[in-house]
Amino acid sequence: MAPSPGSDVLPSVPPAATDGMTQATMVKKTAPKSDYKPADVSPQRRVQRSFAVRLWSVRHSRFLEWVYLRFSAMFLHLHPLWKAIGYGRVEAPIKFVEKRVKGFMFDCRMCGQCVLSSTGMSCPMNCPKQLRNGPCGGVRANGNCEVEPDMPCVWVKAWEGSRNMAHGDNILAVQKPVDQSLRETSAWLRVTALAASEREKSRLEAGA
Amino acid sequence: MSDHHRPHQMDENPAGIDLPLEPLPGHSSRGRLERVLRRGEFAVTTELNPPDSADPEDVYNRARVFDGWVDAINAVDASGANCHMSSVGICALLTRMGYAPVMQIACRDKNRIAIQGDVLGGAAMGVANILCLTGDGVQAGDQPGAKPVFDLDSMSLLETIRIMRDNGKFLSGRKLTTPPKLFLGAAINPFAPPYDFRPIHLGKKIAAGAQFLQSQYCFDVPMLRSFMDKARDLGFTDQAFILVGVGPLASAKTAKWIRSNVPGIHIPDAVIKRLEGAQDQKKEGKRLCIDIINEVKEIPGISGIHVMAYRQEEYVAEIVDESGVLKGRRPWKREARGDDQMVAERLEHLLHDNVTETQVDLVKSAH
Repeated sequence: MAPSPGSDVLPSVPPAATDGMTQATMVKKTAPKSDYKPADVSPQRRVQRSFAVRLWSVRHSRFLEWVYLRFSAMFLHLHPLWKAIGYGRVEAPIKFVEKRVKGFMFDCRMCGQCVLSSTGMSCPMNCPKQLRNGPCGGVRANGNCEVEPDMPCVWVKAWEGSRNMAHGDNILAVQKPVDQSLRETSAWLRVTALAASEREKSRLEAGA
Repeated sequence: MSDHHRPHQMDENPAGIDLPLEPLPGHSSRGRLERVLRRGEFAVTTELNPPDSADPEDVYNRARVFDGWVDAINAVDASGANCHMSSVGICALLTRMGYAPVMQIACRDKNRIAIQGDVLGGAAMGVANILCLTGDGVQAGDQPGAKPVFDLDSMSLLETIRIMRDNGKFLSGRKLTTPPKLFLGAAINPFAPPYDFRPIHLGKKIAAGAQFLQSQYCFDVPMLRSFMDKARDLGFTDQAFILVGVGPLASAKTAKWIRSNVPGIHIPDAVIKRLEGAQDQKKEGKRLCIDIINEVKEIPGISGIHVMAYRQEEYVAEIVDESGVLKGRRPWKREARGDDQMVAERLEHLLHDNVTETQVDLVKSAH
């Protein structure tokens, strides 16, 4: 039989697993080894050793909920200002602050459609499967993630956090799929602009 | 060609075994699984071990061992993030043979565009049941370098398919000329934390569109019982059919391996002790499975079992038989379809009558 063209340049694949071993184990065993072992290898390749701040936020979810209500009211109050300067112009500085503040407190991933107030102040985008509607079936008995064994399950924490909140039952609402086109945009400005146009509409209706 | 000689099976179109079932009022699909459950019968589903092969015979052979013992066969979608024949492909083969598959869709590998297309394709092939799953992470499988998609989650997947079925629209709002008729399922795991959220999570899945639920392996009946108590109090057991996942453990060693390597499967120490103490561990594993079935079938609100006997598929029939859950009922069994004869005659003609059927010949013979 003639060798098929290019067979000698085929990329090498791991050998087939023998009895009593899964192919996944074989793949892990034959992976090249080096001195550099990343701390947390998740599908998102995020290196993080401590979850202390994130967990603090969940423990203080009721306080943060109170802060958020005031904060969003203030933002809405400033709507005329944003409009005068132009939402487009304030976007860059607001996004800069939002990304850092939420990044520090919640390990925010800037999905642009924040649901923290419905998820017990535990950011669901930190779930390796990015589940926005509850835990998967793989949560470990100790309450940690199946993908990242050292990370407490985002949804176990979300449930705990939501139980402390005044409007914690928002966790029961079924969330729509993430709109990927809104990534890296400001959720604060979006929520404010939407609330302002809602307010405008209801005013017009009341006036009519 | 006709099949007068044999009695018709339950849930078979009297006009011909190859014809789809008539729609029934209050049913969202034309499938047999929904009929069985809505009649109030104890349903049995199982899982087909997907072949690592391109041979359709492998699927037919693996399905044949379930003939007459189960109401539906799950076609898994790369479970454990290990690549196998696709669930769409398995469903194409199973529906061709008249089986009732449950097409599993995992959100790990496909985005919303691909998924909605597969739903239409599956329904067009005759798939009546779809199980909406999030899917295991890619790190669990043999290709951990793959890109995890997770564009939807199990909940938004349920809602997406429900919108396609009930509103006749894609997620974008574009209209479907013929919406799929489907019985929608989801998975539950009462055996993983956060335990007090799990029954509420079940309610959320029902709200998103789940009509039947298949659970993770149950080895801890008291835990299931307390989950069901809560679900019943919340009224969820009246709104959806719950099928408990069960299966035989091959040995104490396997059980220990599963416990430490497969997240989400909870195996109590007592189970491992019982297996260790047995002379024939494989037999004891089967006995244990039957004992669990006998316990769970008495729990109010349980509508059936989902038997997962990975690499022990030949035991499914024995387990179903010995547990007596069917109470003498015979689930649909594969029989020759009306069009099988037609296809056979056509092949006979082509192969042996030495004909050349070019279009030119056809035109000539028409004159």
